Amino acid sequence: MTEVRVLSASGQIGSGFLESSLERGISLKPHVIACDGGSTDAGPAHLGSGKPHFSREGTKRDLRLMLRGRAKLDVPVIVGSCGFGGGDAGVAWMRDIALEIAKEDGLKFKMALVRSEQDKDYLKRRYREGRITPLNPAPPISEDIIDKSAHIVGMMGHEPIAAAIEQGAQVVLAGRASDTALFSTVPLMMGAGAGPAWHAAKILECGTACVVQRKRPDSIMAWIRDDHFDVEPMDMDVRCSAQSVASHTLYENADPFLITEPDGTLDSHGSRYEALNDRAVRVHGSQFRKADRVTIKLEGAEMAGYQAIIIGGVREPFIIRQLDSWLDAMREKFSARVQEMFGGRLGPNDYDIHVRVYGRDGVMGKLEPLADQVGHEVALLFTITTAEEASTDAIAKTFAHFALHYPIPEWRGLISGIAFPMAPSHVNRGPVYRFNLNHIVAPEDPLEMFRTEFVEV
Amino acid sequence: MAKLGDLARLIRSKNAGAFMLTFDVMFDDDATYQRVLESRVLTKERFAKIYQVPEEDVLFFEHEAAKAIKISIPRPYIQGAREDGDAYGGQQHAPLVELELPD
Repeated sequence: MTEVRVLSASGQIGSGFLESSLERGISLKPHVIACDGGSTDAGPAHLGSGKPHFSREGTKRDLRLMLRGRAKLDVPVIVGSCGFGGGDAGVAWMRDIALEIAKEDGLKFKMALVRSEQDKDYLKRRYREGRITPLNPAPPISEDIIDKSAHIVGMMGHEPIAAAIEQGAQVVLAGRASDTALFSTVPLMMGAGAGPAWHAAKILECGTACVVQRKRPDSIMAWIRDDHFDVEPMDMDVRCSAQSVASHTLYENADPFLITEPDGTLDSHGSRYEALNDRAVRVHGSQFRKADRVTIKLEGAEMAGYQAIIIGGVREPFIIRQLDSWLDAMREKFSARVQEMFGGRLGPNDYDIHVRVYGRDGVMGKLEPLADQVGHEVALLFTITTAEEASTDAIAKTFAHFALHYPIPEWRGLISGIAFPMAPSHVNRGPVYRFNLNHIVAPEDPLEMFRTEFVEV
Repeated sequence: MAKLGDLARLIRSKNAGAFMLTFDVMFDDDATYQRVLESRVLTKERFAKIYQVPEEDVLFFEHEAAKAIKISIPRPYIQGAREDGDAYGGQQHAPLVELELPD
């Protein structure tokens, strides 16, 4: 019977794990040590700007311990979605950290950098061929949207990672990758059951998110066999239950039973979760249904302009009772001021002032069932966005002053209607991005969208 | 009158990617899970009404092994868009906490 042991260092590289947990994992002789490094979860800024989400210090500490563990066992280390967005900048960032560690610790290994940033001409060709299709829901796509994107990544499956390992890679730093593929690759290569491999991968990819009471991000291990897998957290004070593992299958998926991967679908309708003891769980009956063709999900981010924010509070009852009309009127009147300031160079469509009202519907927007209930005070969050940093700054400065004194009919004389908690009242936050793709590509080959470079370290 | 928030082990919302929102309502034991299901306090229809979304947009699942009800809808705003106020989608479940079950 095949048994493949997979050690997940943590849910996200850089978020940490107990050194003792990883060490215990290493002592159980895993066939691979893997960790996810990214997500779309924190928003489009990371993919758009190429800047990482977690600190360099935290990431280096985690990767160092993984690489030292690897050196003991001579098994692959796989890190995916490097630098959070998984673009080429993220892979370069993680490569530099790995090289630094290798130098400091005297480690030697063959490293594969598997890049997933997409060539725009390739995508436009695939789009013209009708091989790019929308998921539901998806924003509109066009060649222009592809051109306008700051960065587009394809989410790789296990195939490019497996190809790198087959060619001798001992450390694989991947661009954007399916979180699960990082953990399923080695089990699939070694002949474990595809259903258990993918289902275990789904449980492993968030580290200890699948335990009964999560203390902190930490290491977890799975033993993957032909028709089942076992999973157990490495911290002896933490435990999995049948229900906690079943619950984690639901996490962050729209459908709790079907999880789509590039080359098929994990189907957990028939999965049975059984406690092996008070800390470990066995899962039987998971199926992987291979698709007729491979599809690669695209993630794209485009620049949405330069933004400034203004935070303010309102306590005055007369303003609160006419809040929307006051906010609408001040923005309408402000357009004349923009005309004056920019001498007509900036029209009404060249800037955007959005306001969010906390204490009413600031969190839920149009989903809020209690949007008609306003408390005795509200917080206002204005966002000012234009295509140029200098214009954003100029408009934000002027608008804060304009809004502060904007009148209401009940009072005669100058009012100061917004309580600013900060001075200056606006904060420039630089470029902002938006997601612009939720589409899949059907390539000829699961490798063609990814570029692998080997480095002898 | 018991509230759903008092009966559940965990009620949470979260992104399922940048374009979908998902809600998990999970219970400790089968009896409570069954009681809530049978009360019909949380159904596809009821959810659509509370969140003011078309019923055909609501995916509704019962997950026996997790003792969980799961609901997914398209995000009201694309994650990180100007109008989006919840990057992780983690605070959209609040109205479910207050749902009242008949005794």
